[in-house]
Amino acid sequence: MSSILLQVIVSGLLIGAVYALFASGLTLIWGMMNVINFAHGDFVMLAMYTAFVVWTAFGGGPLASIPIAAAVLATIGVLSYFLLVRHVMRGPMIAQILGTFGLALLLRYSAFWYFGSNFRTLPDDILGPPFVFGDIRIDAPRLLAGTLGLVLTVLLHLLLTRTALGSRMLAVSEDATAAQLMGIRPERMQAIAWGLSAASAGVAGALIATFFYTSPTVGETLVIIAFVTVAFGGFGSVPGALLAGLIIGVLEALSAYWIGPVYKDVVVYTLFVLVLWTRPQGLMGKV
Amino acid sequence: MLRRGSAYSAFVAALMTFALPGPAGAQDTVKIGAIYPLSGNAASAGNFSKAAIELAADIVNNAHPELKDIPLAEGQGLPGLKGAKVTVIFADNQGTPAAGQNQALRLITEEKVHALIGAYQSGITVTTSAMAERHGIPFITPESVAANLTERGFKWFFRTTPVAGDFARAYSAFIREQKAAGQKADTIAVVNENTEYGNSVASVIREVFAKDGLNITQVIPYSANTTDVQPQVLQMKEKNPDVVIFISYTSDAILYAKTMKDLNWKPSILIADNAGFNDPSFVSSSGALVEGLINRSSFAIGKPGSVSALVNAMYKKKTGHDLDDPSARAMQGFLTMAEAINRAGSTDPAKIQAALRATDLKANQVVTGYNGVKFDEKGQNILASSLITQLKSSVYIPVWPKDKAVATVQLPYKGW
Repeated sequence: MSSILLQVIVSGLLIGAVYALFASGLTLIWGMMNVINFAHGDFVMLAMYTAFVVWTAFGGGPLASIPIAAAVLATIGVLSYFLLVRHVMRGPMIAQILGTFGLALLLRYSAFWYFGSNFRTLPDDILGPPFVFGDIRIDAPRLLAGTLGLVLTVLLHLLLTRTALGSRMLAVSEDATAAQLMGIRPERMQAIAWGLSAASAGVAGALIATFFYTSPTVGETLVIIAFVTVAFGGFGSVPGALLAGLIIGVLEALSAYWIGPVYKDVVVYTLFVLVLWTRPQGLMGKV
Repeated sequence: MLRRGSAYSAFVAALMTFALPGPAGAQDTVKIGAIYPLSGNAASAGNFSKAAIELAADIVNNAHPELKDIPLAEGQGLPGLKGAKVTVIFADNQGTPAAGQNQALRLITEEKVHALIGAYQSGITVTTSAMAERHGIPFITPESVAANLTERGFKWFFRTTPVAGDFARAYSAFIREQKAAGQKADTIAVVNENTEYGNSVASVIREVFAKDGLNITQVIPYSANTTDVQPQVLQMKEKNPDVVIFISYTSDAILYAKTMKDLNWKPSILIADNAGFNDPSFVSSSGALVEGLINRSSFAIGKPGSVSALVNAMYKKKTGHDLDDPSARAMQGFLTMAEAINRAGSTDPAKIQAALRATDLKANQVVTGYNGVKFDEKGQNILASSLITQLKSSVYIPVWPKDKAVATVQLPYKGW
């Protein structure tokens, strides 16, 4: 295998892990509450600005910005639940869709108003020089984003499947009334789910900001691929999002390299449609 | 009944007298609609253009004797319309042709603008100018360069900027000159975003280069606003062309600059076709990664005291940034429109159209480095021109042609 091809695959895996992290928060909300959060991309955008502010205010790198962004976004997530989602959940499906879509626009245009439309970037060498293995170069921020993306997605999965909190959250998603009879407070669990999902968007944003540009519309650019990842992996399945993210990342990179960047979306979406055709529940989703 | 009826009509008539505007001809304001990307992915560039147009309106509406060569700068408002002020109504094209078209329709039918300018992205200028054409409203695009815009047989469409053919010839002459001077330029890659702008400029460059015997060995079209450009950079790294020409908007330009450094690959000459690479937010965020980048420009901050330096100082005071090339061209488009409306002495679209056709601005009457403004029968400014610049410590300096150069070209491309 040529070193360029190997580099293409490595690059694809790294961006794929970021897609997975981006998508896992989205899939969590769906799995818990059957709500599609259209504001997820804009949560990530706010986290990217948080990282930018942390850098400009006191020169903090990802070590500082990741926990800060996670905390800020968790707060925004919980607030969004109590102020908006809890109310629109009582309405028809369309109200939920428009509710979170409205939230997305509110956040996006608030960012336009507060931060302006300029593109911002963090310094290119914020994490030092790239790692070089023979002919393969891995940019430090991408390596950090890819690795943390993998680790956090796995941790999120373990939290949902191996802890009492996870079991309580799953119980609420299965049958909120029955869970309530067992002494679980559905609203609290749902608020925690929103907080967790937004916190994962916070981590994703702080990581992506180290190698991507930040602008008020950046969430819009990234969120489409996150929706595809969620549907591809199976709605509600965190491991599915991880697998799908990696597959999409590598597939995009390979098809862009072999066939041409204009056609990468054709290849990815063709596979997407084929998978949904044979497995409408996605790769790892429940029927 | 009759008496009450006539009293009522007298009352209505009296009301209508108040409601009607003053005597015909005493125009209070002239409305020019400006359609730019104020949100969406080109919002950064769009808002810099907006600031430039606001400054141009200020130059027209208020007295600026220091800029006396620029028409309308010296006095206040439009003397041809009894000192009427110009109001600019901005509309956001949101980066999509459909939104641009809706905004054009709104400006024409609801805001009742007398003329339109815009719309930054060529693909959006296509739809917005079609709306102006249908309603018979004069339209100037100050910056969209796609070749076909002036090939549609439109009667209300004018373009002040130089077009793709002009740049392609400038790039070709520049590369051939560098080659003659011993610089390696045997293989050339063209990387373009695949909407109207990127595709049309790329195809004109391929045409002109083929005629001039320059060897384009790799063409990489990509979808604008992409999430990852690593495969594109790796494709180039594999073929290793001597010259690369980028035709991209800001978001992708930033990713290319970062990714080329990450993957440690650079050609010996890197050319950027304006657009994203001229966005002040690109220069401030990524300028240090692309030292020595070759670009085109129609605007250069001239010597202290020159019109361009004065205007730049005003712009810098307003925005905190130097006036960039697309924004300077936006300004020139607006000033051209205002000058024509003043000469028309009327807000009647047909009279403005006739005045635009008769426009004849000299080189010293324009803010940009054009040789002037004069439209051919297709609406293209035949006096538009551009020069080649090089990025040195995050400032674009004119380096070609020799008579307009401020510094010498430094090659090979340095990068980071």
